[in-house]
Amino acid sequence: MSSDSSLPGLYVHVPFCRSKCRYCGFYSRTDLRGVPRWLEALETEARLYEDFPGPFDSLYVGGGTPSVLSPDRLGRLISSLAERFDFREDSEITLEANPDDLSLELLRECRSLGFNRISIGIQSLNDDELRFLGRRHDGEQGKRALSWARRAGFRRIGVDLIYGLPGQPFSRWLRTLRAISAFQPDHVSCYQLTVEEGTVFHKMEREGGIRLGGEEEQRDFFLGTSRFLEKAGFIHYEVSNFAAEELCRSRHNVKYWSHVSYLGLGPSAHSFHQDRRWWNASSLDGYCRWVEEGRKPVDGEEVLSEEQKRLEALYLGFRTREGVPLKALENDADWREAVRNLQRSGLILVQGERVVSTRKGWAVADGLPLCF
Amino acid sequence: MPRKRNFSIIAHIDHGKSTLADRLIQHAGLVTEREFRDQLLDSMDLERERGITIKSHTLTLPYTGKNGLEYELNLIDTPGHVDFSYEVSRALASCEGVLLLVDAAQGVEAQTIANLYMAMEHDLAIVPVINKIDLPSADVERVREQIEADLGLDPDKAILCSAKEGIGITDVFEAVVHEVPPPAIRSDAPLSALVFDANYDPFRGAIVSCRVFQGTLKPGDMIRFMSNDAVYKVEEVGVFRLLREPRKVLEAGSVGYVICGLKTVADTKIGDTITLDSNPVDSPLPGFREVKPVVFSSIYPIASDDYPALKDALEKYKLNDAALVYQKDSSAALGQGFRCGFLGLLHLDIVQARLEREFGQSIIMTAPSVRFRFTLEDGSELVVDNPQYYPDPTTVKTGWEPYIRAQIFIPERYVGAVMKLCMERRGVDSRMSYPTPGRLEVIFDMPLAEVVFDFYDRLKSITQGYGSFDYDIIDYRESDLVKLDILVNGEKVDALSMIVHRDRAREMGVRACDRLKEEIPRQQFKIAIQGAIGGKIISRSTIAPFRKDVTAKCYGGDITRKRKLLEKQKKGKKRMKMVGSVEIPQSAFVAVLKSDNE
Repeated sequence: MSSDSSLPGLYVHVPFCRSKCRYCGFYSRTDLRGVPRWLEALETEARLYEDFPGPFDSLYVGGGTPSVLSPDRLGRLISSLAERFDFREDSEITLEANPDDLSLELLRECRSLGFNRISIGIQSLNDDELRFLGRRHDGEQGKRALSWARRAGFRRIGVDLIYGLPGQPFSRWLRTLRAISAFQPDHVSCYQLTVEEGTVFHKMEREGGIRLGGEEEQRDFFLGTSRFLEKAGFIHYEVSNFAAEELCRSRHNVKYWSHVSYLGLGPSAHSFHQDRRWWNASSLDGYCRWVEEGRKPVDGEEVLSEEQKRLEALYLGFRTREGVPLKALENDADWREAVRNLQRSGLILVQGERVVSTRKGWAVADGLPLCF
Repeated sequence: MPRKRNFSIIAHIDHGKSTLADRLIQHAGLVTEREFRDQLLDSMDLERERGITIKSHTLTLPYTGKNGLEYELNLIDTPGHVDFSYEVSRALASCEGVLLLVDAAQGVEAQTIANLYMAMEHDLAIVPVINKIDLPSADVERVREQIEADLGLDPDKAILCSAKEGIGITDVFEAVVHEVPPPAIRSDAPLSALVFDANYDPFRGAIVSCRVFQGTLKPGDMIRFMSNDAVYKVEEVGVFRLLREPRKVLEAGSVGYVICGLKTVADTKIGDTITLDSNPVDSPLPGFREVKPVVFSSIYPIASDDYPALKDALEKYKLNDAALVYQKDSSAALGQGFRCGFLGLLHLDIVQARLEREFGQSIIMTAPSVRFRFTLEDGSELVVDNPQYYPDPTTVKTGWEPYIRAQIFIPERYVGAVMKLCMERRGVDSRMSYPTPGRLEVIFDMPLAEVVFDFYDRLKSITQGYGSFDYDIIDYRESDLVKLDILVNGEKVDALSMIVHRDRAREMGVRACDRLKEEIPRQQFKIAIQGAIGGKIISRSTIAPFRKDVTAKCYGGDITRKRKLLEKQKKGKKRMKMVGSVEIPQSAFVAVLKSDNE
């Protein structure tokens, strides 16, 4: 299974959680009574996109918390999708899951449904941190979920972690990282805590209840994380993502970063195909109503101009290990001088015809495209 | 024939001059209530924003007095800033009286006094008007006392009004009729008319505002402008209502306009005397002065492709602003542009803002400079108003810089702070006098270069707005001048260079580096800023790069959002000039001269 592919990917947004985490800005509801209607609507929506050109080689069931769905419903979801869309045999099929939902039993059932990759929201192994984040599980549950996943036969296990919590000492973050890397998952995503609008943390920040670390501190955490995991044998292949081997990169997520087509189903899901990007209504009710009326639940769209595509390719490229082609940096201003300056500052490397961010460059990757 | 009165309104900023003028216009029936807009007279957006009048407007208001007689009241508006004091003096020279407007809550302020003195110099009748009496904080009695004590005027003659509420407007009209003397009518004498303003009309060319002192002016007359003996045929004369209203003739005592085939306002000179070519007066009206630019700065387009558009915009702008002078200029850092001369910094600000707003130009202006002179070893003389052309120092025998005589009025309690400020700015030969008790007149001779930039702002700030300031350029004095260069990442940015006195060079260098550090936004790499004189570094500062700006997640929904953010940032950068690979914001080029304590 290669993770670089130009075939499209399919995303399904499961907009349900048992409870809202205090940092999370993704759309979800905690009233699970809406699940049957959503599943029905999703199946209808899939029908509306039957003509989306395949075949697909990835399916990502994310959310929300897909693991709140019963194995029956997950099974029904998978089989309806398989009925509507053409999937390559070696497709990467990922389930996003929370440790508190997982049992050895459920994991085995997911394996047999065809999921071959699981991304587990461990976030931290420290109980205080987990409480602070508003998670429902503790460190022990996290570790147990990981070993069950392996016992259930998942060879591809992704671990999601959050760091840079207010007041978190680097040593404590290292304890989580060390334990995770000892488990040897094939994929680790390390997200530096950001405060998203509409979250509990956002409100707390406005009221002065929490304050994230300063720029220097955030950078040190970022660089330290990268150094640690690379030393442990991981490949740092995107700003927040680490893979045990090239082949372990998230095939689905790589599509997002390289303008490969993807179809997103479910409330608030985004899709991209041939320079066009569109997104679904993000309210569950609105989404269901539109679909029930037989129309695509599209809330907005944009068609990328060449300039917009260039800008996206630059900023997404600078976030990845592949970097960007040197040629893509050409502009009518003094771009060579900018390349030289960024090189001299140790932010980028020119490797033949490609320009890649260094680790230091990744820390400021958002600003790099603005130099060109 | 209606009886005439010619008057101006003088006031401190915000004391309600425009509102009163609008009320008078409305009361005179020039506009209906429905058409009435706030602040008609300050029609330019910029003026509204800054609350000052930049370009004066004149209006003829019809009025029937309580005595039943018909009057024609000419309201001559005046600009309100030291850069334009000459224009103010010409406007006042066209009047017989002024309304001195004082805010009932704020009382008499510094600018009121400076304006009053100017009116007194012209021997005008002065009618105090206390405005905003409707305010809860109005203290009419206190203001009356100030009018007597600080201004030396009869407080019982003060008119009470609220322009905003329309209270006392008739009293104002009556005071103009009875307190402002009628103009002397000498219609038989040879024509003598004072040019006090000119505006550009795209169809008619320059519309010259003038006050006829003697004789008459009518279409068909061959008139002569006495400053340069240019002769033109009068096409039209008239008075200003909201629009121009042609008349058969302008008699002595009238204020109105003349159209005579002048293509641009630059073809007229404020303060010039118009007379008849066939029957000229013996001598022009007093007080004429050639207006000369004193501050110089270069204008460059932010995108070099926009040079032709900028050229076009300047040509059009110049049609209506005779005081602006410009010529081609070029800079290694900024490309092709124009070197411009201005009356002062406010004038510079106005030109910049109008080029941007009305002509849609994105421009950079370089740090302003005055005009220096150098006597070279070979005896020749060099005039330099652009630091780029600072001569090879080994060839310079003597440098010279322009000096002004500053006249500052302040309440006595600020004397210490003002003396200190003037000394810092290399002021010499100070003198002091007490024109009225508690009020001090301070005279200083100072280099113009020390004054043009932010002296007036500093003065206002240290005197809490009570300091007034006016100046005359007096002479050039010997001065040890050096060129201060600014290097950004080791590269000399010619557009940031300045010519300064050697004793001030280090301080200016440090200040420029500090300022640039504030102005130039952090970028991905470290930026070093240095000040240097003749290759020797005298000051430096460093702008630290970003350490962390990347956001963790970037999946489906994030991609558009993040791109939009970047697009916005990129747009912001269009307002900056790339110098090498460093983006320097527009504001930085002027900010290098600003002092720290604002």
